[in-house]
Amino acid sequence: MQKIEAVIQPSKLDAVKDALVEIGVDGMTILEARGHGRQKGHTEVYRGREYSVDLLPKVKLEIVVTDEMVDGAVNAIISAARTGTIGDGKIFISKIDEAIRIRNDERGEIAL
Amino acid sequence: MRVAVVKVFLALLLVLGVGGTVITGQTAHAQTSAAASPSQTDRLAGLEKQTADNTIAIATAQTAGDNGWMLVSAALVLMMSGPGLALFYGGLVRKKNVLGTMMQTFAMMALVTVLWALVSYSLAFGQGNAFIGGFHNAFLQGVGLAPDPAYAATIPLQTFMVYQLMFAIITPALITGAFAERMKFSSMLVFMTLWSLFIYSPMAHMVWGKGGLLNAAQGGRIPCLDFAGGTVVHVTSGVSALVTAIFLGKRLGFPKEPMPPHSVVLSFIGACLLWVGWFGFNAGSALSAGTLATSAFVATHFGAAAAAIGWMAAEWIRQGKASALGAISGAVAGLVAITPAAGFVTPLSALWIGLAAGIFCYLMVVKVKSWFGYDDSLDAFGVHGAGGTLGAILTGIFANSTINPIFGAGKATGLLEGNWHQLVNQIGGVAIAWTISIVGTLIILFVVDKTMGLRVSEDEERDGLDLSQHGEEGYDWAH
Repeated sequence: MQKIEAVIQPSKLDAVKDALVEIGVDGMTILEARGHGRQKGHTEVYRGREYSVDLLPKVKLEIVVTDEMVDGAVNAIISAARTGTIGDGKIFISKIDEAIRIRNDERGEIAL
Repeated sequence: MRVAVVKVFLALLLVLGVGGTVITGQTAHAQTSAAASPSQTDRLAGLEKQTADNTIAIATAQTAGDNGWMLVSAALVLMMSGPGLALFYGGLVRKKNVLGTMMQTFAMMALVTVLWALVSYSLAFGQGNAFIGGFHNAFLQGVGLAPDPAYAATIPLQTFMVYQLMFAIITPALITGAFAERMKFSSMLVFMTLWSLFIYSPMAHMVWGKGGLLNAAQGGRIPCLDFAGGTVVHVTSGVSALVTAIFLGKRLGFPKEPMPPHSVVLSFIGACLLWVGWFGFNAGSALSAGTLATSAFVATHFGAAAAAIGWMAAEWIRQGKASALGAISGAVAGLVAITPAAGFVTPLSALWIGLAAGIFCYLMVVKVKSWFGYDDSLDAFGVHGAGGTLGAILTGIFANSTINPIFGAGKATGLLEGNWHQLVNQIGGVAIAWTISIVGTLIILFVVDKTMGLRVSEDEERDGLDLSQHGEEGYDWAH
């Protein structure tokens, strides 16, 4: 089992979600997030006063999948979320030791 | 055959002719007997009664029309405070202060109303000296449903009273923009009570009250033209706002920490409500539903529009973009500046006044404020103080006797008509309003600060007014 965390543009959420459902990813968690990588921010001006906004709104998507599904899921996210410009986001992958379904105490991949 | 037809036709004519004569005769006879019976005195009495009935009917109809418009206007002006100003200011603060800021305006709707009933109406509009009214109308004694011709001959005095109350509410509410995000709620209530009694009431009396020093309509010593409150409402509130902002000091972290508006959307809705409400504010100040209300209404709208364009254009040139906040701020600045002038100026003059106000207030807010470095948090001075002062002075230039012959038909009113004296009077009126606002507000602030303290503690300021002053939050993210 591995966890895939993807920080993406909010406008790409629907496309990524659809792509993941299509390859058989059943569950996901979405977080509204703020952050920046190399993109830095932009400047806003209110009544002549400038504010630099360096933490931009992003969506963070978390899914846990079986080892075989990782490549497919990563490809699905990349192809759906890429615009080719700075600010498209990043994907992080990590190992998961255990998954437990709260309803019936199922453990391991069956709980995903 | 033809002869027979002609005979029948002639016979018919004969019958009709005789019958007609008989009927007409009877009618004529009836008329003669009716005209003969009442004496000439009775007829005269009947006519007199009819004329009297007509006069009453005309007066009733006029009162119905005028009173209808004035009640609507009063409601419109209240709508300017809540939700108009509450939303406008509420959107401009950080989200931890949204309720505290809206509550400051709402509290005025309650507090000033009670004060008005007890004593402040009497101090503003009761019989008194040139500077302040007396206590004759305290507890609203003598403020009934009959009109007071000294103020408005065709509406109940109570309508006039409640309409003026709405002005007394929004004026202190405007000041709250200067001390946003840092004043104690309790101290604010005391400050506003004193401010209403000792600054608003005298100023309203001087400009609009019986025997007031600046009252142009009732022969004041220095006749100052202020149709709907350029000096009474905007100069007093704006200048007091500046004094309060400087006296209280800056918000914690100003200007290093970013303090952008948390929702320009709220401010946008508020500004649009202000614009609509302002028709009640200005056109209602005609105190009737006649042609004067129309010219004030038109001037108001034109002033707001031109000022929105003025601010947007200035911003576009200097910063490369026209912002939504800039457009609505400009409209409000134009509405402020046209307030003393509406009801005195032509629609085209209103465009000029608005355009000037949009550009002038933009420069005040963006340039002048940062030169001096005071924290007039929501620009109550930059918009109301500056716009009100500019509008009051421009009124002396553009006032036109064809729109409002306040000094008599055909008599020159403003500078453009050759009455340069009026410009001097306008500046005099503005100077008096500035002086009262600076001195009075400073004394009140000093007293309240020494007795109960004006500012919230640093911790409370960091937590925000919503939580520290009211124990609630505007936005509950958890549920």
